[in-house]
Amino acid sequence: MRPNINVKNRVAVVGAGLTLFRRRLMETPQELSWIAARQALDQAGLDFNDIDCVVSGSAPDAFDGVHMKGEYYVEGVANGKPHVRVFVGGGTGVFVPVAAWWHVASGLCRKVLVLAEEKMSSASRPHPQAVFKHIWDPLVEKPLNPNLIWIFAMEMHRYMYRCGVRKEDIALVSVKNKRNALDHPSAQAAAKITVDDVLNSEMLVYPVNRLDVSPVSDGAGAMVMVSEEWANRLTDNPIWVEGVGFNLDSTNWTNRDLGYPVYLKRAAEMAYRLAGIENPMKEIDVAEPYDPFDYKELHHMEGLGLCPPCKAAEVTKEGLTQRDGDLPTSPSGGLLGVGNPIAAAGIMKAIEIFWQLRGEAGARQVKKDVVTGLAQAWGDLMQVGTVVVMRR
Amino acid sequence: MTDFKVTPLSEDSFRNAIRESTSPRAVYDMAPGEAYTKFFEGLREGKILGTKCPSCGLVHVPPKVYCQYCYLPLTQWVEVKDEGFVETAVVVYIAAERERLEKPEVVGVIRLEGSGDRYRYPGLMHRICTEPEEVKSSRIMGAKVKARWATERKGSINDIECFEVVSWK
Amino acid sequence: MDPIRVGIVSYGFSGFSPSVPSKSFREMVFEAASKAYAKVGLNPRTDVDAFVSCKEDFWEGISITDEFAPDQLGGALKPVFTVTGDGLLGIINAYMMIKTGAFDVIAVEAHGKPSEVMSYGDIERMAQDPIYLRPLAFPSYHTVKALEARAFMKYSNLTREDLGIYVSQSKRNGLLSNRAPHASSLTVDSYLSERELVGPLSHSDLAPRSDAALVFVLASEGRARELTDSPTWITGVGWATDYHTPSYRELGRDIATKNASEMAFRQAGLGDPGKQLAFVEADERYSFMALMEVSSMGLVKDLRQPLRSGDLSRDGSLPVNRRGGALSEGLPLEAHGLARLASACDLLDGTGAVVSNMGNTSAVLVVRP
Repeated sequence: MRPNINVKNRVAVVGAGLTLFRRRLMETPQELSWIAARQALDQAGLDFNDIDCVVSGSAPDAFDGVHMKGEYYVEGVANGKPHVRVFVGGGTGVFVPVAAWWHVASGLCRKVLVLAEEKMSSASRPHPQAVFKHIWDPLVEKPLNPNLIWIFAMEMHRYMYRCGVRKEDIALVSVKNKRNALDHPSAQAAAKITVDDVLNSEMLVYPVNRLDVSPVSDGAGAMVMVSEEWANRLTDNPIWVEGVGFNLDSTNWTNRDLGYPVYLKRAAEMAYRLAGIENPMKEIDVAEPYDPFDYKELHHMEGLGLCPPCKAAEVTKEGLTQRDGDLPTSPSGGLLGVGNPIAAAGIMKAIEIFWQLRGEAGARQVKKDVVTGLAQAWGDLMQVGTVVVMRR
Repeated sequence: MTDFKVTPLSEDSFRNAIRESTSPRAVYDMAPGEAYTKFFEGLREGKILGTKCPSCGLVHVPPKVYCQYCYLPLTQWVEVKDEGFVETAVVVYIAAERERLEKPEVVGVIRLEGSGDRYRYPGLMHRICTEPEEVKSSRIMGAKVKARWATERKGSINDIECFEVVSWK
Repeated sequence: MDPIRVGIVSYGFSGFSPSVPSKSFREMVFEAASKAYAKVGLNPRTDVDAFVSCKEDFWEGISITDEFAPDQLGGALKPVFTVTGDGLLGIINAYMMIKTGAFDVIAVEAHGKPSEVMSYGDIERMAQDPIYLRPLAFPSYHTVKALEARAFMKYSNLTREDLGIYVSQSKRNGLLSNRAPHASSLTVDSYLSERELVGPLSHSDLAPRSDAALVFVLASEGRARELTDSPTWITGVGWATDYHTPSYRELGRDIATKNASEMAFRQAGLGDPGKQLAFVEADERYSFMALMEVSSMGLVKDLRQPLRSGDLSRDGSLPVNRRGGALSEGLPLEAHGLARLASACDLLDGTGAVVSNMGNTSAVLVVRP
């Protein structure tokens, strides 16, 4: 495979910003958005007036309790400029840079502000999870009174059964990511824990315990993506967005094998084709696979082709996915450690790859020299994969 | 590095802050559509109905008027046996609003028989009447199950009370 | 200069009825998509590279509603995503995607089933700022729009009689459409006899609602020419989001539409769009919005003259909504912009502008044969 020769315009990331992730922040969605945007612009050396387009993302409107909330949280950031909000459930955070990519690669926009915001704490009663009450097929599924964690637990169990993976193997991901997050200044759920802590934490839905899951969070993240001309003007150290991919499987998740994420394989293939990557196992130096649950990191590594199907637990156990390993995954600390303000958590992963490739990840910097990195998110009814591949 | 200027609130400081509360009123009356209308009529009669794709042969349960894989309209209705195999199962201790259940329940996905391949199959999420231990040991995976029908049925997914184990793998 | 041109090769629709109780939204989209694909002999499973769906959670009554996008479009296990906003924003994204060179054929869908939304006014209110505006609990969710209407009429020196001219003309235009259940030969006099509901707006200023789904297929120039003899070329696109807080907005003018149209006209190379455009398809969820858009796009200097002289009527020099707009068709929520685009494609006989304005975001397309 060669890079897509039809794509003429290169796109670069030149700045990023991220707020603290916390269970409850005082700021409004608008303020969170503005702060993250301001930080990203600062790093890029730009001002709001320099931006010609805004692309944003946020998960369900029900969290903020605002209908058409994209128009709401973007006040102070868009202000009469071209703005669009894109949405692919939990996959949104990584999809925002995907959509921003075509804003620039099409030649229509030159300097794009890429924003993701989530304020889950506003949906306070009885619990933000109640927002997920309405994600179901209203007639076939909702009458069973399901909680979102039910179906992820079903996917986890299917994966365990299909691949012969045990809960204690999976818990290693939570241990690793929460520990990595100790070095992340935004982190909400960083901790030094053991596999036993995970196994002994509150049982929510077998096989999912409390510490297998990322927390509920508020937060926002932003990036600045620009054309090649502007990248060269603004920085000596641009990070190129070389591949983007997205794919959505059928709504009917009860009609397909949950053991392997085919949709993610397809999304990754799209991104690899654009980036000219033939062997992801060799060519991806650092990855941020989406980890709202610990098993998802393993599931996603397999879907992304970073290891053979059913081998991710083994690779993790051998320590290859640690920061000093051959294939560092979630060096940021992931959603499990940094927190999970849904769309903002996705962009946090893309931002981590940006910082890693720039060599700006501080204490989180992985040991090996990194040229190519990947961030990925997932969502909806276990059906969407979104991928960005970046190069130094 | 950037300066993080947001303000975390503890639950206490949040309770004492000036706040604005709002409870959205969102009420809908949704058309079930052609496919679900027939499906629910079938459930009322104690039958699981699906639509069969003339091209790939997949029987769609829950039914649709189109095959999403072949993009063909589906008009052939077939009755599917109310038996299948447990594709996956979990023990739930919490329900929709994260409230803890008094007694844990087993729910899962039932792969119904008669069509499909390794990746695609007709299937339903439903309760499985079995013990949590059978899930934790993974013994339930692949078990053959059969629908236990409610005596009073009104055209709802709850016309099936649960799926009961007929035989273990 | 730009090597990749983008054309609309086909569209299909379902509904345009006050309510479609027999079909779910998915079945309506399947009907619209099947028609769009059949017209140009496309198999979405093999011939369409990506799919865009336009919808909002609270209109659908489903949280994370994009879960329900792929199957009815033929997009399962293919690149599919959702834009929260009007269908024209979906078209604009598809346009950009094709311009990158990475995509050849893209389908765009928008639908609305307002007949299923039982608490319509409450949902509209939920779009207001929850801290500053919603607690004021205005008696009608039209209140903010009415304020805008009043400011606009003052800015443009328009009377209710002027609104009446527009409403009467547009509802009559709708009589020629096969998608307009609310069209009528309403006279200016009977319009003026209506009681104001939320001053200055009366019953006929507010678009009724309808259930509808539309699917468009866009293609790169090479593919477009293979698929049809008569593509509709998109020569410019623009979009913009204005402030959310009404008191920050310039209420007499629609700044979002102004900015969006400047962007679109610049790309299309229209130096004097008021003279160069053959028609306008404008957003008519409120009568005054169509006029405000014509004025905010800078197409006329003083609205009164062209409105009163009939220049904006369907035989005039700058006809607006030649087959009626939302006042006649009903408002199918996010699908309204695609309904305007469908009208433009039907009658295309020159360069036209297509506008939608949902929430604070405006989208403008320039199209030509």
